[in-house]
Amino acid sequence: MWSIISVLVENKPGILFKVTNLFRSRNFNIDSISVGVTENPEFSRMTITTLGDEKQVAQIIKQLDKMIDTIEVKRLDEKMSVYRELVLMKIKVSKPSDSMEIMNIAKAFECEVHDVRKTSIMVELTATPDRINAFEDLVRGFGIIDIARTGICALARGGADES
Amino acid sequence: MEKMSGARSLMVALEKEGVDIAFGLPGGANLPIYDELYKSNIRHILARHEQSAAHMADGFGRVSRRPGVCFATSGPGATNIVTGIATAQADSSPMVAITGQVPLKMIGKDAFQESDIIGISNPIVKYAFQPTTAAEIPEVVKKAFYISSTGRPGPVLIDIPKDVQQNEAEIPFPSEVKIRGYHPWVDPDITQIERAIDMLLSAERPIILAGGGVIISGAFAEIQSIAELLMIPVVTTFKGKGSFPENHPLSLGPIGMHGHAEANKMMTEADCVLAAGSRFSDRSVGTFEEFEKRLKIIHMDVDPAEIGKNQTTTVAIVGDVKASLRIMVKMLVQKAIKRNGDYPWVKRMKETKDYYRENLKLHDHPLAAAKVLRKLREVLPHQSIVTTEVGQHQMWASLFFDVIHPGTFFSSTGLGTMGWGFPAAIGAKAAKPGVPVVDIAGEGSFNMTENSLAVSVLDNLPVIVFIMNNFSLGMVAQWQRTFYDRRMMAIDLKNCPDYVKIAQAYGAQGIRAQSLDEIGNAVKTALKSDMATVIDIPIDPQEDVLPFVAPGTPLTDMILPS
Repeated sequence: MWSIISVLVENKPGILFKVTNLFRSRNFNIDSISVGVTENPEFSRMTITTLGDEKQVAQIIKQLDKMIDTIEVKRLDEKMSVYRELVLMKIKVSKPSDSMEIMNIAKAFECEVHDVRKTSIMVELTATPDRINAFEDLVRGFGIIDIARTGICALARGGADES
Repeated sequence: MEKMSGARSLMVALEKEGVDIAFGLPGGANLPIYDELYKSNIRHILARHEQSAAHMADGFGRVSRRPGVCFATSGPGATNIVTGIATAQADSSPMVAITGQVPLKMIGKDAFQESDIIGISNPIVKYAFQPTTAAEIPEVVKKAFYISSTGRPGPVLIDIPKDVQQNEAEIPFPSEVKIRGYHPWVDPDITQIERAIDMLLSAERPIILAGGGVIISGAFAEIQSIAELLMIPVVTTFKGKGSFPENHPLSLGPIGMHGHAEANKMMTEADCVLAAGSRFSDRSVGTFEEFEKRLKIIHMDVDPAEIGKNQTTTVAIVGDVKASLRIMVKMLVQKAIKRNGDYPWVKRMKETKDYYRENLKLHDHPLAAAKVLRKLREVLPHQSIVTTEVGQHQMWASLFFDVIHPGTFFSSTGLGTMGWGFPAAIGAKAAKPGVPVVDIAGEGSFNMTENSLAVSVLDNLPVIVFIMNNFSLGMVAQWQRTFYDRRMMAIDLKNCPDYVKIAQAYGAQGIRAQSLDEIGNAVKTALKSDMATVIDIPIDPQEDVLPFVAPGTPLTDMILPS
């Protein structure tokens, strides 16, 4: 089961290490992790996606909560939150017609096109992981030279975290 | 604000926390701290290895129930205390370990005696600090003591770069500290406690499982009141051994891999368990799956992460075990709830106890473990503190040494650290100098930290080392006999060294005791002399610890002596 955990932590050096080391030492899995400072510079928000059954996820949340550097640990409901990932992808252009086709797919997905060359095109897409995977499937045939994904960042929808 | 060095502020902060004794070893990176120790009133105990210094602080912490302090230098000094910190963490023991570190500018340069102790220790500390300015030190110390001693206690590391120790600054001493992400006190949920009482009352075969949390929170009177009011038999985990007087009619002793046969038997027959301050470790419960289907579990623990970690529970009560049990006792008294002792389950307990006491065969040898340890119990005052090393003798102590006075038995139960018992006993003696302290030891374990004899002798912290010497790594030998078709590998210690001579070489008393009478006399001599004493007792190397529940099997599958 795929879960999104949102963790508010002290914005201090070494916290990312402690969080990831907790996952490693307790044999939990990290699917993706993204970190950034919040509106209050004393805090950072980590968005962690993990795979595990109900019991494991409950235990992960308890262990994260137990960490002294975590301020708040929440499990986000997929339906009650907004979650997005950003990907940069460098796609191979082998023949002149590739270029047009790639641009068309990119347009359909509302990608930003950043770097167009004779031999490659770089696009940026911000979307849900499913949509990113769908895009990747479509362009795989051209050949993907490089890919960089940020991992998910997420927030509960208005009102969802008051429940 | 007075201007002072970081090291000086450390000493003042420690004194403000009430620290009057610390264990450690100096080295290059903590010399400024030692220079301040020279001027301070804190009594310093010079250990002969940093691991032992940490175990001493651990023993001190468990007995005094306030953090024991140990010092080590950077690099190897710091890595040497790692085992000591991990032991304290595994057994939730309060400790503040203070290491020197190379100067700030040298960190990350692979400097001489540099080790990344913050990174190394991460999974085995409750928290770790590395102050980067002298002005932070008192606040860090206050936070360290607060974190270490509250909630579920544990070790906290303070790693101080040498220049931070030396730098002079105007240093504030906060009178209190706030840590936003740390909430150690949870008020127990009254409705859950009510539900727990109802469950215990409606159960036909209720049992109390008292864990280490009962000892840590000192909930001895509370657990006894509940057992007596509701006439519930009490088993303990090994860590909880001695949380309930083992001569009490309702006491069954520890459960587990080497639990008492009657305790394991009754545990597996119970239909409702009140588990107080226990984490359902594999060594205690084996595999629970078999009978948990018909077992209702009430789980009390101060650490919310323990609820549901190893065991699914019916009722969870998060909070200090003593506070929770006290509320429970109050409710029982208010409602005038009392159960008569003649219900079938209590009768069953008596039968089970009698059956195993009559039928469990004891090893046939003049110095069988049961005889040796019962002799020790006979001559040792009840309020004496007992520690153990790790191995067969430890499990025999669990089986045959009854703890009468609650909270007088300590062992490395979680990490199982050989060499822990002796330095921990020295720490215990420092915490309670007025009572005798005995380390029930095997020679293999004692061998690992025996150089602490120098400390026991020179620092006037006399403890008795009671060596059950089977000239081998006995527990490993037992597993090789049981699971490896008697292929005996790397277990023979060949009666080396001579522990009587070792004791004498350190200026301690060494006595070889070769009969039960000699054992009794040796202990009496040691008690009377108040000298560090090593009693070397040659036992039978062939004796196994029985009963034995093989790892990964349920408590019902006990291997009994044949």
